[in-house]
Amino acid sequence: MDLIFGLVTGVFFGVLLQRSEVIRYDRQLGALLLKDMTIVKFMLTTVLVGMVGVHLLVDLGLAKLSIKPLILGGTVLGGLIFGAGWGLLGYCPGTSGGALGEGRLDALAGIAGMLVGAAVFAEAYPLLKTTVLTWGDYGKVTLPQLMEQHRWVLIPWFCVLGYAFLRWMHKRGL
Amino acid sequence: MSASTRGKPWNPYIAGALAGLLLVLSVWVAGKYFGASTTFVRAAGMVEQTVAAERVAAMPYFMKEAPKVDWQWMFVVGIVLGSCAASLASGTFRLQAVPDRFAARFGPGVGKRFGVAFLGGVVAMFGARLADGCPSGHGLSGTLQLAASGYVALICFFVGGVVVARLLYGNAADKTGGR
Repeated sequence: MDLIFGLVTGVFFGVLLQRSEVIRYDRQLGALLLKDMTIVKFMLTTVLVGMVGVHLLVDLGLAKLSIKPLILGGTVLGGLIFGAGWGLLGYCPGTSGGALGEGRLDALAGIAGMLVGAAVFAEAYPLLKTTVLTWGDYGKVTLPQLMEQHRWVLIPWFCVLGYAFLRWMHKRGL
Repeated sequence: MSASTRGKPWNPYIAGALAGLLLVLSVWVAGKYFGASTTFVRAAGMVEQTVAAERVAAMPYFMKEAPKVDWQWMFVVGIVLGSCAASLASGTFRLQAVPDRFAARFGPGVGKRFGVAFLGGVVAMFGARLADGCPSGHGLSGTLQLAASGYVALICFFVGGVVVARLLYGNAADKTGGR
């Protein structure tokens, strides 16, 4: 059943990604060059809607959070390395599949590269696990914990700030 | 829909909000948050298994992320199919080897684009696994759950990406706008 849910959810997500053009190389580089914020608009509205919805589900006892740990060594170094590769490839792991679906053949080279990158990481994992992945390990920490505020105090602030940011980008014609 | 509006892109705010609702529904019904990069580990393990099954079985990272098809694997396959169906239905499917922006800056050579894309893929996936997530797992699912790791990762993704995009395109970005 998990597999069917995964496939159906992916199909709907793929339609939304393709029809809003956020899977295009030109759009992704446009965002990284701070010229075309289409993907930022898409991501930010997804996050704000998801933030309210998921926390409501949690309060109603209908869902559980799934928090990834903050390990500064891994999250910061890995994040920067990912970003550098993203700038070269122009697709992220999810959007590369979508780009392939709409006929962008360079996504195939990117997917092949990502499979190699995953294999290289698997080789390096035993070494990284005892070094980089032990640096600055804060565990599964959330912003409400760090800021000592209830999440329903923070969520409205995120919505207001997110909306202001979207307005600002809209006015600047980004 | 008329021919003139058929291929027009959807409003990113509306599409993004619908994606948010889809994610909430997925968390509710299936208990699954969006993510993509773990699938590339599982797929790489499946490929390696065909030549060295015993070695793969003994590798700690493939014990952690076993080479098998799971929810996220099918989610990524679904993205390919959904995008393919939507592009065909809207008349925007297009076989293209070199994106417009890349061709305008570096020329139409397929080898150059494929080389850069492959190298970018290797680097991006190594980084995503080190960070334990990509723009889906950290950037969407992490930030919306208010996970500290999601915000740190998302900022680092953009910092790394902006620096490399600037190095590649420099000021030429001003002249090669458009899609």
